[in-house]
Amino acid sequence: MTDDKQPVKKMSIIVSRGSLDGIYPALIMANGARMEGIEASLFFTFFGLNALANKTLDSLKVSTVGNSALNMAMPMLGLPMTIPFPTVMGAIPGVSAFATHLMNKEMEKLDIPPVREFLELISDSGGKIYACKLAMDMFKLKKEDLMDRVDGVLTVGDFYNESAGAGTHILFT
Amino acid sequence: MKKNIAGTEIDVNEEGYLTDMSQWNEAIAAAIAVEEGIGALGDGHMKVVRYLREQQAKGAALTIRSMGKSGVVTTKELYDLFPGGPLKKSSKIAGIPKPVGCI
Repeated sequence: MTDDKQPVKKMSIIVSRGSLDGIYPALIMANGARMEGIEASLFFTFFGLNALANKTLDSLKVSTVGNSALNMAMPMLGLPMTIPFPTVMGAIPGVSAFATHLMNKEMEKLDIPPVREFLELISDSGGKIYACKLAMDMFKLKKEDLMDRVDGVLTVGDFYNESAGAGTHILFT
Repeated sequence: MKKNIAGTEIDVNEEGYLTDMSQWNEAIAAAIAVEEGIGALGDGHMKVVRYLREQQAKGAALTIRSMGKSGVVTTKELYDLFPGGPLKKSSKIAGIPKPVGCI
């Protein structure tokens, strides 16, 4: 590493999607940051709040409809990646649940925890977890509807203030 | 490559991780800990270090999650003991390879 490279000091990650495949990358990036000694905060907005709401967070699903990148290898059916997963099939009741089950199984093998445990891990590691106030109002959610590791409900302005400092990177997922 | 740690010539890779875990001893651990900014190693550190070496000897893949579930240390304690890189720094001090996973 050369000296003129400025280190990443903090990752502020915005999570706007509520599917399993929309949430996990953000959790993995945040946890990975903490493991490297980089500060991390997660800001959940819009459907990302599904990952914080107690009623939904333990049953998040892989999106099998309108997910053109989904292929027969992705839900771990063991078929080649070149065979697309037909969207029509994804709409059949139970298919998303099945794809989710397969994915969860693969992730467990890689020691990737379920969402609730993952949030607890990030929180224990010193990462911060925030919910977006506007999205909370929109979905009629209260702080007590969210899992207990949420550090606060922030406005967009609060979030930018929280992200202040040289070496912070803001990432939208 | 060779590096002199605590008065002994040790085989390390370019990042300073020991390439032969049998060359490790507690004096080497202490010297690496100082170099990594961890300072003096206490009982808490050594418990983690010994656990890591046991797991490595068994060929187990180490993750931050498995450490937290090991019963040896909680996630919070691990971050407090080895600030700036809990698994990376503890592995280096334990004389085992750098963990390769993302978790």
